[in-house]
Amino acid sequence: MEAFADFWATYSTLIFTVGIHALLALSLWLTLSCGLLSLANAAFMGIGAYTAALLTLHLHWPFPMVLAAGALAPAAVALVIGAPTLRLSGVYLAMATLAFGEVTRILVLNLEITGGPEGLNGIPLLTTWWHILLILAAAGYALARLRRSRMGRAFEAIREDEVAARMMGIDVEGHKLAAFTLGAVLAGLAGALNAHSTFFISPREYGFENAVDILTMTILGGISSLIGPVLGATILTLLPELLRFLHAYRLAVNGLILIGVVLFLPTGLWDSRRLRQLAGAWRTRREGKP
Amino acid sequence: MLEQQLVNALTLGSVYALFSLGFTLVFGVLEVINLSHGAMFMAGSFAALTVVTRLKAPLAVGILAAMLVSGLLGLAIDALILKRLRARHAPHLIPMIATIGATTVLTSAAQGLFGVEVQRFPDELLPTREFIFGSVHVRALELAIVGIAFLLMTTLFLVLRHTRQGRALRAIAESPKAAALLGINVEGLFLATSFTAAALGGVAGLLIGLNFNSVTPLMGQPILHKGIAVVILGGMGDIRGALFGGLFLGFAEVLSKAYLSSQMGDAVAFGLLFLILLVRPAGLFGRVLERKA
Repeated sequence: MEAFADFWATYSTLIFTVGIHALLALSLWLTLSCGLLSLANAAFMGIGAYTAALLTLHLHWPFPMVLAAGALAPAAVALVIGAPTLRLSGVYLAMATLAFGEVTRILVLNLEITGGPEGLNGIPLLTTWWHILLILAAAGYALARLRRSRMGRAFEAIREDEVAARMMGIDVEGHKLAAFTLGAVLAGLAGALNAHSTFFISPREYGFENAVDILTMTILGGISSLIGPVLGATILTLLPELLRFLHAYRLAVNGLILIGVVLFLPTGLWDSRRLRQLAGAWRTRREGKP
Repeated sequence: MLEQQLVNALTLGSVYALFSLGFTLVFGVLEVINLSHGAMFMAGSFAALTVVTRLKAPLAVGILAAMLVSGLLGLAIDALILKRLRARHAPHLIPMIATIGATTVLTSAAQGLFGVEVQRFPDELLPTREFIFGSVHVRALELAIVGIAFLLMTTLFLVLRHTRQGRALRAIAESPKAAALLGINVEGLFLATSFTAAALGGVAGLLIGLNFNSVTPLMGQPILHKGIAVVILGGMGDIRGALFGGLFLGFAEVLSKAYLSSQMGDAVAFGLLFLILLVRPAGLFGRVLERKA
């Protein structure tokens, strides 16, 4: 038991981070499942984190309500900016969401209430391991149900071929806005949980680099299933810890992984179809069939 | 006061334009958002700094080193990564993600090789003369920066407009397939474009490094965001648009910093960019991808 206590004292922050990153990767998975490459999810995370932290610090709201507000605030922003932004597609959408992220970061850096470049300090540590686990599990379950629902299928249809989806009578704009907004909800939740587990938040944590990190996790894991993003988040969060001996060159490994995945595993590490084929091949071999 | 700000704005704007020119050229010809262009900027600056401090070479050699090192890095990224993705007809977000990976590798390598601290060019190397026009002080360095930026940009314009290779490049920008059918060496020109664009990015990095006398491994990130803003302002893939967009951003930034607040300068730039994307996704001067290079 004592060994476990030691282990927990050393690694609990890391385990929290894995959970929060997994939630972020799932939020991007949701947006990508509708074919939208958004670089705004880091900004949505920041909006959630700041909303939640400010409500706790100034209004002393109970934690569940803080979490709800942390999820709803970025969703409201996503609804407002989504309607005009989502008319753009492909690289233009990526650039617009990047610009939105920069504007958000610069605003947070300059506003009085957000504490400027120093950020917010002394946020009570209210997040516990079961909060993260519960929310992650609930998000995973909801997304798994969503995939098989009418809406999830519509997302997939839009991702595969927007014109064909429209011809089938799918409300393309409405579904895109829904995917974008729901992604913001998950990112905001991750932000609110993160703010209450690190004591301190600053604008630096929600910039372009973080948007790229979220993207890397999701692409590394693969977007063909929900396991991919979680796997990608876990690997990329734990890897830097294992590579401490590389010092400054540590991040280079992340870059090489990203390039390697794009070149050699375009569908990510966890590709359900490939795994099924592998399993099938293994089974036939074991049963001695040709 | 205003005149002095205008000089600063012209200096900054011409470097932004030079940087964005390479960025937009790659988009126009290869149809890739090359997010490693900021790393080329950083690499050029470090290459020149190393040549100048370690080998005691003159600044002119530093400029050549910046072009060569960045150009070769750009070439390597194209040959090793982008070429394979082209062969596979990967959707265009995939090469963009790959260039993010390349940026991480290069930034991390620079941090390992040179450390994270700000490095400076030795003072005795920088031109110290100042020209005084009425109330305006213009450093010789600023004149040189504007001069070099415009010299390189003019050369690129002339090459694109009047040489055989330039015409071939413009044909590729219209349609790589048709260009290949006409016997144009498309792959070769793709590599040449990557080299040229990266070399221009490297020189831009050196010029900014000299202007603020500060070189760091992370200097490529903010300029990349500005490059994106410029290219969207001017229309993606539009060469003239990059020139005007770069100058425009330089003026907008310097003037809003001077007359609004020091930090809000960037917010103005990106807020503007966001608005333009919503209203005119093809850029201020864009004619919806009618002509790309």
